[in-house]
Parts: sequence; C-alpha cells; structure tokens
Amino acid sequence: MSTEQPKIGVFICHCGSNIAGVIDIPKLVEYAATLPHVIVAEDYRYMCSDPGQDLIKERAREKGLNRVVVAACSPTLHEPTFRRVLENVGLNPFFFDMSNIREHCSWVHTHEEEAALEKAKDLVKMAVARAAELEPLEQKEVDVKANVLVVGAGISGIQAALDIADAGYKVYLVEKEASIGGHMAQLDKTFPTLDCSSCILTPKMSLVGQHPNIELLTYSEVREVEGFVGNFKVKVEKKPKYVIEDKCTACADCLEVCPVNVPDEFNSGLGWRKAIYIPFAQAVPNAYVLDTDHCLGMTPIACGKCKDACEAEAINYEMKPEILELDIGAIIVATGFELFDAMKQLEYGYGKYPDVMTNLEMERMLSAAGPTEGKILRPSTMKKPKHVAYIQCVGSRNERYNAYCSRVCCMAALKQARQIREKYPDIQVTIFYIDMRAFGKGYEEFYETTAREHGVTFVRGRVSEVRGSFDSDKIVVRAEDTFLAQPVEAEADIVVLSCGIEAPKGLPDLARVLGLQRSADGFLLEAHPKLRPVETNTDGIFIAGAAQGPKDIPDSVAQAKGAAASALGMVVAGHVKVQPYAAVVNEDLCAGCGICEASCPYDAVKVVDDRAQVTEAQCKGCGTCAAACPNQAIAPQHFTMEQIIAQLDALFQEAK
Amino acid sequence: MTDKDWEPKIVCFACRWCSYAGADMAGTSRIQYPANARVIRVNCSGRVDPQFILRALKLKADGVLIAGCHFGDCHYISGNYQTSRRVALLKEYLKEIGLEPERLRLEWISAAEGHKFADTMKSFVNEIKLLGPNPLANGGPE
Repeated sequence: MSTEQPKIGVFICHCGSNIAGVIDIPKLVEYAATLPHVIVAEDYRYMCSDPGQDLIKERAREKGLNRVVVAACSPTLHEPTFRRVLENVGLNPFFFDMSNIREHCSWVHTHEEEAALEKAKDLVKMAVARAAELEPLEQKEVDVKANVLVVGAGISGIQAALDIADAGYKVYLVEKEASIGGHMAQLDKTFPTLDCSSCILTPKMSLVGQHPNIELLTYSEVREVEGFVGNFKVKVEKKPKYVIEDKCTACADCLEVCPVNVPDEFNSGLGWRKAIYIPFAQAVPNAYVLDTDHCLGMTPIACGKCKDACEAEAINYEMKPEILELDIGAIIVATGFELFDAMKQLEYGYGKYPDVMTNLEMERMLSAAGPTEGKILRPSTMKKPKHVAYIQCVGSRNERYNAYCSRVCCMAALKQARQIREKYPDIQVTIFYIDMRAFGKGYEEFYETTAREHGVTFVRGRVSEVRGSFDSDKIVVRAEDTFLAQPVEAEADIVVLSCGIEAPKGLPDLARVLGLQRSADGFLLEAHPKLRPVETNTDGIFIAGAAQGPKDIPDSVAQAKGAAASALGMVVAGHVKVQPYAAVVNEDLCAGCGICEASCPYDAVKVVDDRAQVTEAQCKGCGTCAAACPNQAIAPQHFTMEQIIAQLDALFQEAK
Repeated sequence: MTDKDWEPKIVCFACRWCSYAGADMAGTSRIQYPANARVIRVNCSGRVDPQFILRALKLKADGVLIAGCHFGDCHYISGNYQTSRRVALLKEYLKEIGLEPERLRLEWISAAEGHKFADTMKSFVNEIKLLGPNPLANGGPE
C-alpha cells in the first residue's frame, strides 16, 4: 500500500449530448467535489479528445494529483486512452479508474433524468473509493514468438498469410479441407467486374503452396490453444489423408479404379467424385485424399484397388492422425461462412422439386469447369430453361432464421442473371427481392446496367410459396408485388434460392478453444465495431473475412490485410505489454491449505513448503483463487479485496 | 419511507468479458431498463468472493446480481462453474440466516446479449420489489 495520501481528480465527460443530454453535469461535478480525497472535479465536452486529455494533465501537474477518475464511456473503449494520459504526466497508469456513465447510465436511463443522476453519483462515488485503494503496478513486457497462425484458408486466410509471409515472417496456415481456396474457388465470376474468380484466386493459392515462409497444414484442425498473447501453445490435428502429398503426382490412376461414387461437395452436389479424389483441378496442395467415410475399406479384402493402381506408391493405409504442437506469436481467425441450408425454408420447395436450386449450385452450373461445363440446364429434364426466377433473402432478413442481411446475395444474383442473359439472351430472368442492396464501389452501376441493358425483370416482394404447376412441368412462384399491391404468380423452369451466409457449424467450438466471443448473429465478435474491427477481446487473436460477419471479396481481403498488419505489428515489435493482474500471495496469511491450487483453471498456483506460490506467467488474474481462499491470503492485482470492498462500502454509505 | 417511494438498491458483479460487455451492448443498443443496479466490474464471475455478497447484504443491499459468461464460454475456462457452485451454497446459507435466497441471483449473459442484460434487470427489480426491502433495514430478520 502506498503511504502517500490519495489526491484524486474527477473528470466528467459530456460526450457531446450523449451524457450531458440526460445527466445534469453541473450537479454531478458539484457532488464529485464533495467526495473524500477529491482535490479537483471538472467537466469537459469530450474528455477523450486532445483538449480533454490536456485538461487532465494540467490539473494533475497543478494540483499534484496522484489518482484520476474519469466518468465517461465504458472502460472497454477508453481505459487505455486515459492510462496513457497518466503515463504522460509521470503517474502510474494503474492509478486510474473509470465510471461508466454512458453505456451503463445515460444511454439506458434516457428518460429518467433523476434516477440517472443518482446512479451516476453512485458510480462516481464507487470509482473514487476504489481509486483511493489502487496500487501502482508495473506492466510486464513479454516476448512475442516471430510467427503467426492463420486458421482458415479461403481468400481472407490466404491474403493474410501471404502478407505476413512476404514481410519475412513464418506463417502456419491451417485449413480443415483437403485444399485451400474456400468458397471463392467455387465461384465462376466475381461482381462487379465479372472477372474470373479462378484467374484471380488460383495464382494466390499457388503462391501460398510455394512460399518458403508458409507452412501449409491442410486437412487439419486447431484442437487446443493455451498460453497468452505472443506465446500461444497450439495443438493442431493433421487428419490422415492416406495419400503421401509429396509422392502423389495427381495422375488420376486411382480414380479409374475406385468403385465408389460420392456427391461432389465442390460442385455443390451437382456432380460425382470418387472416394479417393482431389477437390478440384487447381487444388493446393495438388494431391489426392482418401475419404474414409465412403471408402469401402482400406484392406485388399474389402477393396484396396487404389493402392494397387498407384505407381508412385503414394497411398499409405497406415497413416494415423498427427498432433502438431506449435509455439505461436499471434493468431488470425479466417474461418469463413457456410451457406444457409435451403431445406429449412420449407415453403420454397428445395429438396422437393429438382429444379429448385441454391445460388451456389447455379454458380457451379455457370462455371466452365463445373458439372455442365457452363451450360444452364433444368436438372429435371436436362434441357435449356426458358425462365429462371431468383428468390432473394432466403434465410436472411427473416426472424425465423437469420435477422441480418447477408450482404452478398443481391450482387451475386445480379451477376448470375447477367451471365445467364449474356450467354442465352432468350432465357428470361426474374429476380424477386425485398430491397436490392448494391452498396459497394461500382455495385449500383452494375445493378443499373443489369436492369436497363440486360433485360432482367425485378419484382419487389418476398416470395410466399414455390410449388409445382398443376398443368405443366413448370414451377410456380407466388409473391406479392408490393409496387402493384397485388399478388403475382410466375411460372419458371428453374428457381434459384439466394441463400444467405451463416457462421460455420464448427465456429462455436473453435470460439471456445480460442476463448473468443460471438455476436448474436453467431459470427465472431470484434473488439469494437468501428475502431477495432480486426481485433478480438483476446490480445493477440485477430479476425478476418466472413468469420466476423457476411462480407464480399473486397471487404474480406481488406480485413485480411488489416488483420495481417495488426498481427505483424506485434510480431515485428517482438514484445508486447501484458496486464499485470496476476495473483499475489500474502505469506503471513496463507495456511498452505491448497484450495487455491485446486480452484486455479491454469495450474498457476502450487503449494510449496506450506505456502501458495503463483507462477506469474501462467496466471491470468481471473481471481477464482481469491474467492476460494478462506483466509483472503491470495488476490489478483487491481481487483483486490480492499478495492472491491471500498466500492461496496461507498455505495451503501448513506444506508449505514 | 412509504412503499410507493421505495426503490430497491441492487449491486451487480459483472465479469468484464461477457456480462460487463453485455451491459455495454444494452447501452449501445439504447435498451432502457430500471436504474436500480450499480455494476462492479471484475475479471471473472469466479472472482466474486462470497464475502462480497454477504457484505453487500449486510450493508442492506436489496439484491445482489452476479453475471458471468455462459458455461463453456468462460474466458478463464472454468471460473463460472465455481461461481455457480458457490452461489448455490450461499443461497442455502441465506435461508439459514433468514434472508430470502431470491435476493441473490446468478445469470449468464454474453457480450452479445444486451437484451438479456436489460431483461434481467427488469425482472430482478420486479422480483425484489415483491420481496420488499432488505429485512436488515428494519432491524434484521425475525
């Protein structure tokens, strides 16, 4: 405990009208000035701005303040800002506390000005009481391992990996599928430029495959993450491919003998692949993989034909899952998305009518490398359709499924419509939509051109039902045309469902392994929606691409580059500051009972010679040991018993 | 003090990763809820020493809310499991000493659940209003 008398300055922020519009600031300032140890209480319009920060510095120097309380927004946002202010005037940055009178007060009690003022007074009083009990702490610097783990190798993961590798740092790129490329590899063309997706993606894939700084781990998944910023210990499981990558020449001899046909995932189930297969021709690594879920059995008795056929002797049935243990400096999560399962929205007849397909299936059909080699065919008749109808917002903007907008489906539908009309001017295309959202650079122009010059028909109205026609082999789409305010019916040969984007089913598990939070939509939560969009609340873990929310290719690439730059910033510096919240033992009080040892989630506390000992590097400061200790002999720094009790006692002062 | 004027005073211990951020989310979403609670930020709900709770009740808090991450989401792996066990035991103890165990409430609120934070506040304030003031405020339980 510091022996110096606390001299506290309280600085109250108006936040424009965000706080001042609800809370009577002069009254709050007047009240704050009466609190114990408070030497100065002042307000300012924007305390976080330069003049606001200068005000704190000036008063600190003038009045010799040794503690600072700022009543403003959430500490999550500006605690680091004000701690720097303290550092600038030579005060220990941990002599600082914040009252959250915006998120926790003015914004949520907007119409109860009196109650809000009373609450704000209490919050300031509690912070002042806590400030008096604060102790100076030294921020520790830890070394950062000079490498980055990138999880997911779609366009976001690929871009992030390349940026880091090009800067000269080692990257481990983990991908759960057999090839990198992600969803972008499945696309035929990209909006709004209509450039071929493969032509811009596959060169990058190839760079990844050859880059000396990238260690590519395909068919692999992250199983465990321990440690902390700069020093993560990661366990990656490499699933057996049963094909030795280096030996496989991708000659396809095994394909010819494999007797099993499996719906081809890369072609959205529109074609077939074998049990031993390569995901697609441009796959990286360009090697086969044996899918044991469908293989008849890897013994000569059951089948074993592929092994016999392989002249390169690349097939090894004895492969076992391998666990790699990596020491990692920073992690970028770029796990992408899954398409909404169209089977869920029963009224659109997906799975019931063969001519109802998803947007991704149409994409594969449009691809020259796809199952129809770019021809548009009705699945039921294998003949050219006369009318293709698009239904927008399938699974999106719908309280029953996902309330959010998936952002890419409008443009994807416009792009496909344009491709169909360019290839076959005699095929009619109708798009049923709620709103057409063409928000990106060049997107609105693309929409205009598609509508005006390419003869695509637009009907504004959510489709209520898709059913088979009673008197032909067509499909009937029913909707309300909200411009005409009347129901409309259209007969189509193919109905394309513009399925939205969802968080992958494995994301909750991965989020747990990484200790990340997810937002209400299921995607990963960024540290701040505007100012820290590539960071997470866990230091050293960054996010990129659709893992954070629906995104198109340009946005994914931009975020990937942002995440790469942020991760590099840490890795290049080689060290990073960590919060000094580790638990401290009071040896005079410790009885060596070992309850703390049993309660610690990190094995950071051990009883040695009848006294608890904390391994500082392992302790994360959660304080579970402190709550368990019967003698209050152990406590995390900055959240000590005295500090918390001071807040409680201050709050109930009048009631005593 | 008449019953009509009486507003319960509630202390809420919120973990910084999930529930404190959930309360921030209620703020950024401008979800209105009663102004009865004061939040104390802790790193983990597992930091909440039973003594803090007892002290709050002794100081005549009308209710104590502990809010942490959902099971499996704890930033510190298992802190919230320990909280859950402690709160269950403490509720039994409160019964023994003549306090309504409903005055102590444990909720799991994620960083995304601004609505849940606001709803919890509303329902807890209503529940405490039905219970009335902390019996210690009138000289202790009978």
